[in-house]
Amino acid sequence: MTERDGAEHPADLVTAYDAIVVGGGHNGLVNAAYLAKAGLRTLVLEQRDLVGGAAVTEQPVPGFSFTTFSYALSLLRPEIVHELDLVRHGFLPLMMPSSFHPTGDGGYLLLGDDHDQNVQEIRRHCPHDADAYDRYHHDLDRVVQAVQPLFDNPPPDVFGTDPDDQADVAWLLKHLGGVDRSVMHDVVRLLTGSAADWLEDYFRHEAVKGFHASSSIIGSKVGPMSPGSGLVLLFHKMGQHDGHLGSWAFHKGGNGGFTQVLARAATAFGAEIRLGARVASVLTREDRAVGVALEDGAELHAPVVVSALDPRRTFLDLVDPRRLPSELVDSVERMRFRGVSAKVNFALDGLPVFPALPPRPDGGGVDHYGGFLNIGPTIEYVEHAFDAAKYGWYSERPFIDAAIQSVVDPDMAPPGKHVMSCFVQYAPYELRGSDWEAERDRFGDTAQAVLESHFPGFGDLVLHRQVVTPVDIERVTGLTEGNIFAGELLAPQMYFFRPAPGWSRYRTPIAGYYQCGSGTHPGGCVIGSPGRLAGQRVLRDLAAAR
Amino acid sequence: MPALAARWSPRSAPPTVSRVIRTTPFHERLKALDSQGLYTHWQGRLSALRYSPAPKHEYFAVRSSVGVFDTSPLSKYRIEGPDAERFLAGVLVRDIRACPPGRGQYTLWCDDRGFVMEDGVVLRHSPTEFVLTAARPNHGRLTDLAGRLRVRVEDVSDASGMLAVQGPRSRTVLAGLAPEVAALPVFAHTPTSVAGVPVTVSRTGYTGDLGYEVTVPADGALDVLDAVLEAGRDHGLRPFGEEALMVLRIEAGLPLLDVEWTNSRLAFTDEQRVTPSELGMGWMLRGVEDPTRPFVGRDAIRHELATGGPRWATVGLVVDPANWERLHREAGLLPPVHEHPLPYESLLYDAPTRDHQVGYVTSLVYSPVLQRHVGLARVRPELASPGTRLQLEVAVHHGTTTVRACTATLPLFDPPRRTARHD
Repeated sequence: MTERDGAEHPADLVTAYDAIVVGGGHNGLVNAAYLAKAGLRTLVLEQRDLVGGAAVTEQPVPGFSFTTFSYALSLLRPEIVHELDLVRHGFLPLMMPSSFHPTGDGGYLLLGDDHDQNVQEIRRHCPHDADAYDRYHHDLDRVVQAVQPLFDNPPPDVFGTDPDDQADVAWLLKHLGGVDRSVMHDVVRLLTGSAADWLEDYFRHEAVKGFHASSSIIGSKVGPMSPGSGLVLLFHKMGQHDGHLGSWAFHKGGNGGFTQVLARAATAFGAEIRLGARVASVLTREDRAVGVALEDGAELHAPVVVSALDPRRTFLDLVDPRRLPSELVDSVERMRFRGVSAKVNFALDGLPVFPALPPRPDGGGVDHYGGFLNIGPTIEYVEHAFDAAKYGWYSERPFIDAAIQSVVDPDMAPPGKHVMSCFVQYAPYELRGSDWEAERDRFGDTAQAVLESHFPGFGDLVLHRQVVTPVDIERVTGLTEGNIFAGELLAPQMYFFRPAPGWSRYRTPIAGYYQCGSGTHPGGCVIGSPGRLAGQRVLRDLAAAR
Repeated sequence: MPALAARWSPRSAPPTVSRVIRTTPFHERLKALDSQGLYTHWQGRLSALRYSPAPKHEYFAVRSSVGVFDTSPLSKYRIEGPDAERFLAGVLVRDIRACPPGRGQYTLWCDDRGFVMEDGVVLRHSPTEFVLTAARPNHGRLTDLAGRLRVRVEDVSDASGMLAVQGPRSRTVLAGLAPEVAALPVFAHTPTSVAGVPVTVSRTGYTGDLGYEVTVPADGALDVLDAVLEAGRDHGLRPFGEEALMVLRIEAGLPLLDVEWTNSRLAFTDEQRVTPSELGMGWMLRGVEDPTRPFVGRDAIRHELATGGPRWATVGLVVDPANWERLHREAGLLPPVHEHPLPYESLLYDAPTRDHQVGYVTSLVYSPVLQRHVGLARVRPELASPGTRLQLEVAVHHGTTTVRACTATLPLFDPPRRTARHD
């Protein structure tokens, strides 16, 4: 069997569909939209009663919209917005142009949209770091610029012998050959080193370093001092919104608002979305995918099946691993997921008060709540938080990436009330000597206590608290071990190794069976590119088969 | 100098502005909400560029919740008398006779050669009383044209403040203060009171969104502003400044004097001048053949329409985002995002070879709601149909090249709520 099998279909199977996408997460929806746009009769099967996967907005309390899991538009690629005409379907990313970083001593760092003011804000803390801030962003932007083309194209198959593969390898080598030496050196510093080392090379002030280190650990079982955290930092910088590299946005209506836009776009292109349809397995005949079997026993046929699930489910659950190459099965078994993130979402009776920035009588002066609240004052604080996770326990003083989304989008909560999304780390999937059901409330208390220490009186504002543990993430979304990236962002699990060596180009060993989830390049995060690139792969194979 | 020292003593307010540059009736309160202290001068008033380090927050307040803008520096003229209607029918391009009391019109006025001088909004308060707003002083021009008509033109610019309340939640916020606002259709207005102060609320604005403008006597301005801020505090209300306004108005396809055109009376050449049709306001000319209403410029406009029509058509312009991105990436640059309108005109060609210039862009900016650079442009009339592919000249690395763009219908952003009767 070769990867080059076309997508022909046994003639005796009558099908209503040309393609079935398993999983209505954002990558599944993006993939379906591209396939439908190309004219394929496309069906999306989603197990839940709403699309979005980990990017959903739900109302556990009436009137309060929680981004249960994923909470920001992070790395979404602009070409997807344009190619799928998402603006027409309601795409509205509200920029979150500020970052608020309490420094742990009652002070704060508040960075916003105005570069000059940001430099002065840094200088207020440390004159040395003011111009370092410019150099830091210049160097990081240059790295992003060098890496960007790798994000917008499928990884070349360096192991393949096909002329197409070789052309892609040649493209990659040419691109890398054109990268400036010092930039390439920075790329390696980031890919192999720790965020702490990288930041030490620029900054002196502990809070300035702490602020920049926060993106180096998101969703990953690393501390900012661990090698590999540099890669995570770089990955999170790959996003852009409104042309600002590394900036994240908040979609109107939360990330569920965004996936509803995707669903409308896919439907407008002709795709059909079926909710409450849990797929049991992919049907094959003569080593070709011919459709799927649902858990209720129904069978649906199509010559193309695309799994938007994570690599474990794609290769070990939906198909029989005994029919796959052992090397692939081994790789997927070995792939690390190790979720370490939890969510604690709050419905609040009012805005928290940061004592150094007291509220104004008119309700204004809330710029520090207009973006992300970064609770992890210093690198050491975050590294200490990581320590517990190494030994199977959650942080006593966790890192929190919070956003009071209703400040930016008042439609998320009743007038005067607020919703606060808190991404809390570290919370390892497996607890030593206990389990998450037993620890759920205490973990919520732990996160809340940290917030209370920065925002005195916080607890009095809490109307409702939702604790989403890594086990909940796995149970509801299907993400193995609650890993938010569908496979950790580790060098051996990136680019042409994602999800497994030799299988990074969206095909699988089963002809007609494809993969498009965040566990494929360049996932995770809300990026959409795996869905897009996998769509291109399917369409190219279909064209070749014709 | 003793005199200066005395003037700057703590007992008197510091001379933050000169005798010429003054502040608006809302300034005292808005200043307290302003962390930036950045102003431009608009008609001799301080006008905030932005209130926070992130004008984008202000922009999104208008597109997603509600924002307030201090539009007090507009010139305001009360035009009253038995012949007021006849007077305005002869001065303004649109037929004011079709505007009943309680309604208003966005309109233009031209010179006798049919070139546009200025634009403004006129509200009709009674059969004989109107208030006209304009971006610049117009008292001289208006009184000069009054002739022997029984009409009085009074400059009431300083007597009142104007607060624009704009955005999807503007109706909720204002209707909570003045219930009659809830049913107000577009370009209607009503007398009401807010915080015990008599005001006029009109469903007008310069953002292309659902929105209102509140005209309030200067001495009641702070009470009204306080009431609006209080009513808006649970709705994410923010004051917004001119930086946010410029993006909003370009998305809304609303032209700006001295940017989209030059007042004909002050222009040096006809190339700087535009006719109503050329400004994209041909829809105002429905009554131009009406023999019962001569108005300044009418005959010239008739002549223009009868002899080949306008030289230019005003259109929306949408820059191809993929081409924009590739152009800059291939040059080794991060693709720029112009969050402030370009301060110069850009040229439009029919092909990358740039043999034939076919138009020019008067305003170009990145639109967050549309996720691409958009603009207001003037093209040869035969290229005006939406979707016409053009090439926009841009500078990259000290040289010029072109990027793909196409024409589009104005307004570029037009949410149904702008004109909807109800939420």
